[in-house]
Amino acid sequence: MMGHVPLSWFLMLSAVLFSLGVAGFIFRRNIITMFMSIELILNAVNLTFITFAYQRQQVAGHLLAFFVMVVAAAEAAVGLAIILTVFKNRETLNIDDLDSMKN
Amino acid sequence: MELILFLVFAGIAVVAAINVVVQRHPISSAVSLIAVMGSLAVLYLLLGAEFIAAAQVIVYAGAIMVLFVFVIMLLNAGGETKAGRSFVASLLGVPVLVALLALLAFFTARIYPRDTEVHFGGFRGGTAQSVGRALFTTYLLPFEITSILILIAIVGAIVLARKELE
Amino acid sequence: MDSFIVISLIKIFVVFGALMTILAYLQWVERKVIAHIQVRPGPYRVGPHGLLQPLADVIKLITKEDLVPPYVNKVLYLAAPFLAITMALLSISVIPFGPKIQVAGYQTWMQLTDLNFGVLFILGISSMGVYGIALAGWSSNNKYALLGGLRSSAQMISYELPLSLAIAAPLLISNTLSLRKLVETQDGWLWNWNLFHGFQYVSFVIFIIAAFAETNRVPFDLPEAENELVAGFHTEYSSMKFASFFMAEYANMITVSCMAVLLFLGGWVAPWPAAYGSGYVPVVIFAVAGVITIWRGLNPRRKRDRYTFPPFGVVFLIVAAVFLVPLLQSALLPLFWFCAKTGAILFLFIWIRGTLPRFRYDQLMGFAWKVLFPVAMLNLLATGLAIAVFS
Repeated sequence: MMGHVPLSWFLMLSAVLFSLGVAGFIFRRNIITMFMSIELILNAVNLTFITFAYQRQQVAGHLLAFFVMVVAAAEAAVGLAIILTVFKNRETLNIDDLDSMKN
Repeated sequence: MELILFLVFAGIAVVAAINVVVQRHPISSAVSLIAVMGSLAVLYLLLGAEFIAAAQVIVYAGAIMVLFVFVIMLLNAGGETKAGRSFVASLLGVPVLVALLALLAFFTARIYPRDTEVHFGGFRGGTAQSVGRALFTTYLLPFEITSILILIAIVGAIVLARKELE
Repeated sequence: MDSFIVISLIKIFVVFGALMTILAYLQWVERKVIAHIQVRPGPYRVGPHGLLQPLADVIKLITKEDLVPPYVNKVLYLAAPFLAITMALLSISVIPFGPKIQVAGYQTWMQLTDLNFGVLFILGISSMGVYGIALAGWSSNNKYALLGGLRSSAQMISYELPLSLAIAAPLLISNTLSLRKLVETQDGWLWNWNLFHGFQYVSFVIFIIAAFAETNRVPFDLPEAENELVAGFHTEYSSMKFASFFMAEYANMITVSCMAVLLFLGGWVAPWPAAYGSGYVPVVIFAVAGVITIWRGLNPRRKRDRYTFPPFGVVFLIVAAVFLVPLLQSALLPLFWFCAKTGAILFLFIWIRGTLPRFRYDQLMGFAWKVLFPVAMLNLLATGLAIAVFS
């Protein structure tokens, strides 16, 4: 059928976004950007949940996505508070400079 | 119609996601991430998840990302300086990424052949009514537990971010 | 399908054109009303009673030099006003102005599109509006602008919570998220309006207060407190970019007024059924206005009133006559009630601007979190309980 999208394309998109999120988390050295990469990963996972909800015609996937969002909100609140504290104490956001626990 | 919508918004999502990773300054990454979330909300609508699409815009793009932008503005930290990382790592990184992607794509294509096609209105169970009904019956316990989690997060954030009382 | 697209395009043009005109003239109305509150004439040089002033302002703003200061973040600096105005105009697309009407054989709703999660759509769009201001403040690379942007983002996040909670209460009563159905549940008499359901005036007051804060209006216009922050987030903006922030503010005002009308005041529904003569109210109002204006024109207090008042009186009388045409009544009466209610709320906005001083910043945040939020929460709980008990 012309004009309709195969379901697997949504999963592919999710995979692409997930990989980009992982890449950002590994490559970047700024804590905030790393944190945003995690959000990107969570968004990619949410897309998978919604896609599977469509495929199985069940609303359960939507609820999982909803819970992911709620937990992401909690995580963002605590995570950003930690980042604020770190910046207040160290005046840096570079993850490589935060190695005082080493040796 | 669905194909055009998917291609446009998936394209925006991928380009913006790449931008999240490659931009030097966190605020540019944040703006790109907002674009990713907005286009994903449209794709959710395509998949019949209207409540989740609205929640995505309100919670993710409208609340969480505002928090990020707020913190970036508050710290007013400049762009990332180029870290001296090894040549081998940057050489290996891109192939590993591509390999990971290829692996995921391979399994996706194997498990989900192109028989199920998405068309608008193919799933009508994503209304606020049905999501709410499931949330307060079948999934009541997780829902209550997340509310406790949120409370803990609020208290934790305040404890972490408040000024030290002498 | 084709006629659907054509009708939608026509509706978009009509709504967009009307909205732009109203935006320009809302500013004129505001200046006039504030002037009368402060006992001064307001704009009156350009055209009769300053009616052409908006046009002059537009020409002035377009022809001014469009300055991009050095050291700004170019991309975000240019995107921010665009973002602000887009988000402000987008939410108009789901607001219904009236019921289904028939135009030249086509049946259509007086609404661009109806979503069955329309309320959530507007909430989402309005929560995106904060980026225009925050990014403008950040990208200007100016301390005052940055502080203005920071203040506004904190303020808008804080007041969004009581706003959403206040919206939830009438939604519980009407049991729908579609703006169209929301109005249909409030049909009939005055006491069917959500405002008069039990203690819903509490939600209405919370909604209005939070709406003032969301639109950055006095007494919550901290982001642009000129005695502390120069001009706040738009310090560095000039010409049309400045104008788009201005237009975004007024468009947001119109949107929240429409929301208040739809949620609490019955939308386009008349206060009492047409069987009891509500259809003649606009005729009477416009006829009385026309007679008064003509009479004032014939017995002028000021010299120029002799020439300016009679044409207005004739226009008012013509409008009154138009409301008597049965063919147009089905479209014009709902539109009249909708505009009258929205106009009343907009007048409240302007009235408060002429009356109240500005909050201090800590008072503003304390008020949101220590007063408005708990009250909104309790109100929602009480509403839910009342619905569970009485229905």
